Amino acid sequence: MPKIITSKDVHLSYGPKEALHGISLDFEEHDITALIGPSGCGKSTYLRCLNRMNDLIKGVKITGSMKLEDQDIYAPGTDIVDLRKRVGMVFQQPNPFPFSVYENVAYGLRLAGEKDKHVLDERVETSLKQAAIWDEVKDHLYENALSFSGGQQQRICVARVLAVQPEVVLLDEPTSALDPISSAKIEDTLMNIRDQYTIIIVTHNMQQASRISDKTAFLLNGDLVEFSKTEKMFIHPDDEKTSDYLNGKFG
Amino acid sequence: MDEIKHDLQNPSKATHEDLFGRGITYLCIGFVSLLVISILYFITTRGLATFTTNHVSLWKFLSGTNWNPSLLDKHGNPQIGALPMIVTSFSVTVLAAVVATPFALGVALFMTEIAPERGTKILQPVIELLVGIPSVVYGFIGLSVIVPLIRHSFGGTGFGILAGTLVLFVMVLPTITSLSVDSIKAVPMFYRSASLALGATRWQTIYKVVLRSATPGILTAVIFGMSRAFGEALAVQMVIGNAVLMPHGLLTPSSTLTSQLTTGIGNTTMGTLPNNALWSLALILLLMSLVFNILVRVIGKRGALKK
Ligand SMILES: Nc1ncnc2c1ncn2[C@@H]1O[C@H](COP(=O)(O)OP(=O)(O)OP(=O)(O)O)[C@@H](O)[C@H]1O
Ligand SMILES: [Mg+2]
Repeated sequence: MPKIITSKDVHLSYGPKEALHGISLDFEEHDITALIGPSGCGKSTYLRCLNRMNDLIKGVKITGSMKLEDQDIYAPGTDIVDLRKRVGMVFQQPNPFPFSVYENVAYGLRLAGEKDKHVLDERVETSLKQAAIWDEVKDHLYENALSFSGGQQQRICVARVLAVQPEVVLLDEPTSALDPISSAKIEDTLMNIRDQYTIIIVTHNMQQASRISDKTAFLLNGDLVEFSKTEKMFIHPDDEKTSDYLNGKFG
Repeated sequence: MDEIKHDLQNPSKATHEDLFGRGITYLCIGFVSLLVISILYFITTRGLATFTTNHVSLWKFLSGTNWNPSLLDKHGNPQIGALPMIVTSFSVTVLAAVVATPFALGVALFMTEIAPERGTKILQPVIELLVGIPSVVYGFIGLSVIVPLIRHSFGGTGFGILAGTLVLFVMVLPTITSLSVDSIKAVPMFYRSASLALGATRWQTIYKVVLRSATPGILTAVIFGMSRAFGEALAVQMVIGNAVLMPHGLLTPSSTLTSQLTTGIGNTTMGTLPNNALWSLALILLLMSLVFNILVRVIGKRGALKK
């Protein structure tokens, strides 16, 4: 399968402190890749490099190369707005805007200048269906998104990202603030959309990684320790540190 | 044994202190409540005396356009039509708020979204300074700078609603700005990141998410500004012209409720119709500030529900 994102020797430092020490990771189209590792190892940091959300943090320095297809993400002329439309992101805390469900999902489309009511209606519906939340919100589309439960809010956020029709969806611990049932629903959502999107998910939940991902990358203290097919990593990890981590010896 | 019994059966030192502290607090609350109630009572009874004792009709008071409480008109009725002052008060208030709000929002956004560090460092003290300047100084500057400027540019005397609006604009600007800053700062960071991550530019994020989420707070800020403008007396009195005439434009001398109160209150005797009429004006002011307060609460509640 063709690679959609390639990154080579990515170093990132927050001020004087280096958080990523040269990470090279490639992602194949329509794969689900899980990023795992103990707290503070740089998973979120790496993920935020992919849609340049780290640009918002002061004093961040990034070297190495990152490409989306064959376009350099960090080339001087890169259109960040366009990049973020192609690489969507779901955050750890459900963060819908304090608007109606409909307005939340239509937000990205309106940004792109879409005004046609039919197109908006249709894309909102499709996205909510893809995110497996349509049945729960279809009679409440004009209610405030914040009046829903955390799990529902998170799926609305997924729908909001899908509405823009990105190629890659980044998820940073999307279920860590949710109960098991809501988490399972988010996982269903991801299984639902895996054929159309490339998904990169950070998770602390090993079962979750093993259930849904095709490949897993294990990061430790800003280094990539191991990257392979999920089954292989969970059954026969190459590195001793990986096996220790998976067996709960640290982290 | 007796000692333990004594300790258990009598309030401890801490309990005494607690009671004492509570006593003092209640005393203070009681005093303040009494003060507020007596002010309300005083203004209401005095303000209503025009209608109860002097038998002026409420409708004539609110809709009449002649104000000359010490003289009777040719039919022998007192001339106390407050409409010109009501119109002028509302005009300067609304105009000042309309003019000040865009500027206040601009400054607030600059201080919060565009250049938080630099903006706050420079503008915060400026705003605090503007708040601290006494109104007589604003009035004085209005009188010696704005009024002549208007006279030279537009003709007329220079006194009037335009001059009042401009002075009030400067006076409400800091109020609206600092309250808007608070409400914009209260918009959670993660709304901004969510918007940016969806491919919004910074401006799109500001006006589609930040300003929209902060709207209840900004409305509250505007109403606080209006309430300040409505109640401001001295500075307005110095530039408005103090002629109780129906305003025919922004440039003719007129009079607000407050300016008429400050001009007239020293020249009347307690209990007479001219004096009671002024109290009626004060009653309108009181009712209006009540309305402003209620508006703020309603908006606050609505905003809270949305979150
Ligand atoms: N905004 C920031 N400023 C400075 N240092 C940061 C910042 N964000 C993260 N770091 C540092 O970078 C390192 C990696 O952080 P990161 O958030 O990427 O870890 P993580 O793997 O996502 O951890 P977690 O599982 O707890 O979310 C940590 O040492 C952290 O302290
Ligand atoms: Mg993280």
